Amino acid sequence: MSDIERTTTRVPEPTMPSWEYAPAPESKEIVRLRDRYELFVDGRSIEPKTGRYFETIDPATEEPLAEVAEAGEEDVDLAARAAREAWETRWRDLPGKERAKYLYRISRALQERSREFAVLETLNNGKPIKESRDIDVPLAAAHFFYYAGWADKLEYAFPGRRPRPLGVAAQITPWNFPLLMCAWKLAPALATGNTAILKPASTTPLTALLLAEVVEQAELPPGVVNVITGPGGRTGGWLAAHPDIAKIAFTGSTEIGKVLRRNVAGSGKRLTLELGGKAANIIFEDAPIDQAIEGIVNGIFFNQGEVCCAGSRLFVQESVFDLVVDKLKSRLSTLRVGDPLDKNTDVGAINNRDQLEKITELVQSGIDEGAEIFQPDCVLPDRGFWFRPTLFTNVSQSHRIAREEIFGPVLSILTFRTPDEAVEKANNTEYGLSAGIWTDKGSRILWMAERMKAGVVWANTFNRFDPSSPFGGYKESGFGREGGRHGLEPYLDLDGGAA
Amino acid sequence: MSDPRVPVKRTAKLYIKGEFPRSESGRSYEVFSHDGRLLAWAARASRKDLRDAVKVARAAQPGWAGRIASNRGQILYRVAELMEGRRAQFETELADAGASDPRRGVDAAIDRWVWYAGWADKIAQVLGGTNPVAGPYFNFTIPEPTGVVGIVAPQEQSLLGLVSRLAPAIVSGNTVVVLASERAPLPAVSLGEVLATSDVPGGVVNILTGLTAELVPWLAGHMDVNALDVTGVPEDMQTQVEELATENMKRISRARDVDPFSDEAQSPYDVTKLMEFKTVWHPIGA
Amino acid sequence: MSQTAETQSGAGGLVRYVPRDAVRLVTRAPAVDAVGLEERAASLGKRSIKKASKLWALDLAIRCMDLTTLEGVDTVGKVEAMCAKALRPDPLDATIPPVAAVCIYAQLVPHAVEQLRGSSVKVASVAGGFPAGLAPLEARLADVRQAVEAGADEIDIVLNRSLFLGGEYARAFEELVAAREAAGDAHLKIILETGELGSYDRVRQASVLAMAAGADFIKTSTGKIGIGATPPSALCMMEAARDFFTETGRRVGVKVAGGVRASKQAIQYLVLVYETLGAEWMTPDRFRIGASSLLNDVLMQINKERTGRYQGPDYFTID
Repeated sequence: MSDIERTTTRVPEPTMPSWEYAPAPESKEIVRLRDRYELFVDGRSIEPKTGRYFETIDPATEEPLAEVAEAGEEDVDLAARAAREAWETRWRDLPGKERAKYLYRISRALQERSREFAVLETLNNGKPIKESRDIDVPLAAAHFFYYAGWADKLEYAFPGRRPRPLGVAAQITPWNFPLLMCAWKLAPALATGNTAILKPASTTPLTALLLAEVVEQAELPPGVVNVITGPGGRTGGWLAAHPDIAKIAFTGSTEIGKVLRRNVAGSGKRLTLELGGKAANIIFEDAPIDQAIEGIVNGIFFNQGEVCCAGSRLFVQESVFDLVVDKLKSRLSTLRVGDPLDKNTDVGAINNRDQLEKITELVQSGIDEGAEIFQPDCVLPDRGFWFRPTLFTNVSQSHRIAREEIFGPVLSILTFRTPDEAVEKANNTEYGLSAGIWTDKGSRILWMAERMKAGVVWANTFNRFDPSSPFGGYKESGFGREGGRHGLEPYLDLDGGAA
Repeated sequence: MSDPRVPVKRTAKLYIKGEFPRSESGRSYEVFSHDGRLLAWAARASRKDLRDAVKVARAAQPGWAGRIASNRGQILYRVAELMEGRRAQFETELADAGASDPRRGVDAAIDRWVWYAGWADKIAQVLGGTNPVAGPYFNFTIPEPTGVVGIVAPQEQSLLGLVSRLAPAIVSGNTVVVLASERAPLPAVSLGEVLATSDVPGGVVNILTGLTAELVPWLAGHMDVNALDVTGVPEDMQTQVEELATENMKRISRARDVDPFSDEAQSPYDVTKLMEFKTVWHPIGA
Repeated sequence: MSQTAETQSGAGGLVRYVPRDAVRLVTRAPAVDAVGLEERAASLGKRSIKKASKLWALDLAIRCMDLTTLEGVDTVGKVEAMCAKALRPDPLDATIPPVAAVCIYAQLVPHAVEQLRGSSVKVASVAGGFPAGLAPLEARLADVRQAVEAGADEIDIVLNRSLFLGGEYARAFEELVAAREAAGDAHLKIILETGELGSYDRVRQASVLAMAAGADFIKTSTGKIGIGATPPSALCMMEAARDFFTETGRRVGVKVAGGVRASKQAIQYLVLVYETLGAEWMTPDRFRIGASSLLNDVLMQINKERTGRYQGPDYFTID
C-alpha cells in the first residue's frame, strides 16, 4: 500500500455543526382553491340568498384562502326542503345494496384524492400534514367503507326490529377534525337511509365543500347530501329549528350543545351530542414507561390538543412521578412545532384566534393559581396562531386547569397513590368522554376500565379510532355513539315494530 | 363474408397460488356448451394437484387471517370492481352454460360479492361479544376462521352459485380449495383470472377444474382440510363424503335449498358456519 | 478474575454491579409495550430527511459504518480489498470520509491491522465463539485475548443466550464481565441477537445486563440468523441506553447490524438515535452501523443528491 493511503485521511467537516432537518414541505399545488365557494344544495352549487360571503383563512399564516357563502334563514329552508324531497322521492326507498354502492364510491374517491384532501385540511385547520395524511383522511375513507357495508344489513344490527330511517339529518360539525367529523356524521346517516345537511364549522368549511365535489363525482341523487356554510351559531340554530329536520347530530362544545338541546326541547326531533371532555390519563408505576410517555404526549399534543377526548389530566402514581415528569420534559423538547405543511412537523397551529385566547387565559390562570409551568424552548412563527406545548405540575383538583377543558396543547399533572384514589379523582368531573390507563397488569386494566365513567377507555394506548369502534361520552360529554353497530342507532327508528 | 380474423382462444388452466399451472397429470377434458358446442378443454386436476393446492392454501392461511378485517373487506370489494369490468366475458360464459338471463346472473354475482365484502369487519360485532359470567372475570367470545376450506361448487349456477359459497368462506380469513362445476367450469376459470389480478394474495383461493367424482373423495378425506362445503357433491356421494370427513372432524356447510337470486341465499351464518368461536377469560382486580 | 463491573455514576462516584445484581437488573427492567414501541419506530420512520440534512446523514452513516465481512471464505485478499474500500470508499471522490471500522474474524486481524496502520479506521474483531457463543468459556476468553494481542482495537462478542433465556442471569453476567476483562483496553461491543430473544422485554433486559457488565456498545445482531436489526429493537436498546445514562452517567453506544442494506434504513436509524438519544450521540463513538453492501448504496445516494440523477451500480466499486 502506498504512503498516500497510509497517511491519516483528513475528513472534511460536514457543513452543519449538528443535524437539523431541512424543510420538507408538502406541495400546495394539488389543491385547486376557488376564490369563492357557494352553497351545495339539491345537487347544485347555488348562491346564498343573503348575497354575503365570509372569509376563511390558513391559521398558520393568517392568509385568506377563499370566500365562502353565508347561508341565511331562507337558504336553510331551501336546503331542508330539498333534503326532505330527496329523501321521500330518491333515497328512502332505494334498496340498501344500492345505497351501499354510493357510499363505497365516496370511500374510494376519498382514497383516490387523499393527498388533495390532506393538504386542504392542513391548510384550513392548521394541523400537521402527517396527521391529516396518515390519520384524518384514511379514517374518513374507512368510515364510509365500513358504513357502506351496513346499508343492506340493518336487520342484523338490531335483532327483532325492522329499522327505518328518520328523514333529514342536520349535522353540525366542529373545526378540529373537519373532514373526519363529516365522515362520522354522513356515513351512518346515509347508510341507514336518511338524507343529510352538513353545516361545517365556520373556520374550516373547505374540506366539507370538497367532499361535496366527491358526492357529485359519486353521482349521488341530488338533495341526498347538502352542504351549507355560515358563521357562528346562527346557521346551525335555524337548521335545528326547521320543521323538516327529523334528527340533529352535533359535535362541539358542551356550552353550545346545551343551547341546542334547550332549543329543540319538546320538538320530537332526535338528538345526539358529542361534546367536550377532560380526560384522565392514569399511569401506574408498572406501566411500560417509555411507551406510556409516548401515549401521554400523543394524548395531549396530537392535533394540538384540540381534541374532545384529549388526555388533558395526567395522573401519575407518586412513586414514579419524578421519572415520568423528567422524561416528559425531555420529550417535549423534541416536539417539532411549526409549518403544518412540513412533513416533519409534530405540532401545528391553533385553529383560530378565539381558541388561542381561551388557551392563553386558562394557562395564565394556572400560573396565577400556583401551578408550575414548563414549556420547551421552541421558535414560533410570528404570524399565525401558535401555542407552545405546555405542562403544569403542582396542580390540584380544584385548579381551573384541572377542571375546565382547555382544548389546546396543555397538560395538567396530578398524582395519586392507590387505584381507588385514581378512579375517584379521574371520575370527579362533569365530563366523561375518555380515559387512559397505563399498567402492565391485565387484571388492573379491566378493573379500572370497569370503574371509569367514560365512554371510551384506552389501555396502554391513546387516541385510537376505528370506524367499527363506538365513540361517545358519559355525562356532559354528550350522549349517543358514533362508530360501530351502535353508531347506526341514532339514525334509525327502531320502534316501527318487530321484524 | 365472415371476418377473416382468427381469434386467440383462452386456455382454461388451474388457479393455484396465484398462478395458472396445467394439471401435473397433463390431462384435460372437454367442456361443452348447453347446446353441444365444444367450448374449451379444461385442465383435469389430479389428486396431486389437489394435494398441492391444499398445501398452498394452508401456507397462505395465517397471513390472510392475520390481515385487518377491513383490509379483507376492501380486497373483496376490489374483486367486485374487477368482476364488473369483466362482465361481458362472464355473460358469454353463462349464456354458453345455458343461463336464461346471463346479465341478471352477473349482476347478482357481483352484488352478492359486495354484500359479503361488507361483513368482514362486522361479523365479530354481530356474532361475537362479551359474556356476563358469574365472577370477577372479563369474558369474551370471538369468532375465528376455521382454516382451510374445501368447496365443492354447485354444478349449476356456475357463477352466482360459486360466488355464494366462496365469498362467505374467505371473508373471515379462511383459505379455500374449490372444485369447480364439472359441466360448466369456465366462469370459475374467469373468476380465478379476476382473483389473480385483484389484491387477493396468491394461495387464498385455489380453483381446480376437473371431474367431480374423481376429486371429491380426496378432498373429503384430506386430513389438513378443516371444513367442507358440500353443495356440489353428487347426491350419491353425500354419505361417503360425510364418512370421509369424520376422521379429522371436518365442519360441513352447504347451500340452503332456496332461490339463489333471493336474499335468502345470502347470510352471515354462512360465514360463521366456517368459523370457530373462542372464549377467553381474564380476572378483574386492582 | 473479577466479577465486578465498575461504571461511572452520574454523581461522579463508581457504580459497581456484582453478579447478584444481575437478577435484579433483569427482573426490574421496565416492561415494553410492543405495539407502542413499534408505532413510535414507525412514526419516526416517516421523517422526511431531504437535501442538506440528507447529505449530512449520509456522510455520518459512512463515518459510523463498520464495514463488515464475516464469511468462512474470507481470504487475506478479500480483507485487504475491503480495507482499501474502508479507507477510500470512492476512489474518485476525496470528500467521502473513511468508515469507522472494519469488522472481521480474528484470524484476519493482523492483515487488516497492517493495511489500516496510521489511519483513522479501526479494526474490530468478532471473537468469543461468534456467532452462537457456546464454545467453552476458556476458549472464548482466549479468543478475545488473542484478537486483542493481534492488534484489534475493538471486540464484538455475543451475549450467551443459552444462559440468558434459561434464566441464569448471574452466570451470563459473569461471562460478560470476564470478556470485558479479557478485552482489556479494547472497545467492547456486546451483541444481544435481538432477532432471537423473543420479545422486546427481553431486548430491554439484555441491554441492561450488557451495559451493567461494562459494554462500550450494545449491538443488535450477528447478522447470521434470519432476523437482523429492526427499528423497534434498536429503539428499545436506545431507550435502555438513555435510561442507563441517566442513572449512571455513562454513555453506552448502540450498533445496528444485520440486514441494513439501504441508505433509507441507515437514515431511519440515525433519526431514531437523534430523537431518542440526542445530538451528542450522532458520532461514531456512540453509534455504528455494521454493514457491507450499504456503503455503495450510500455512495449512490450521495451522488444522486449532488447530481439530481438516480444512480446505477456499475459506477461504484465492489471490493
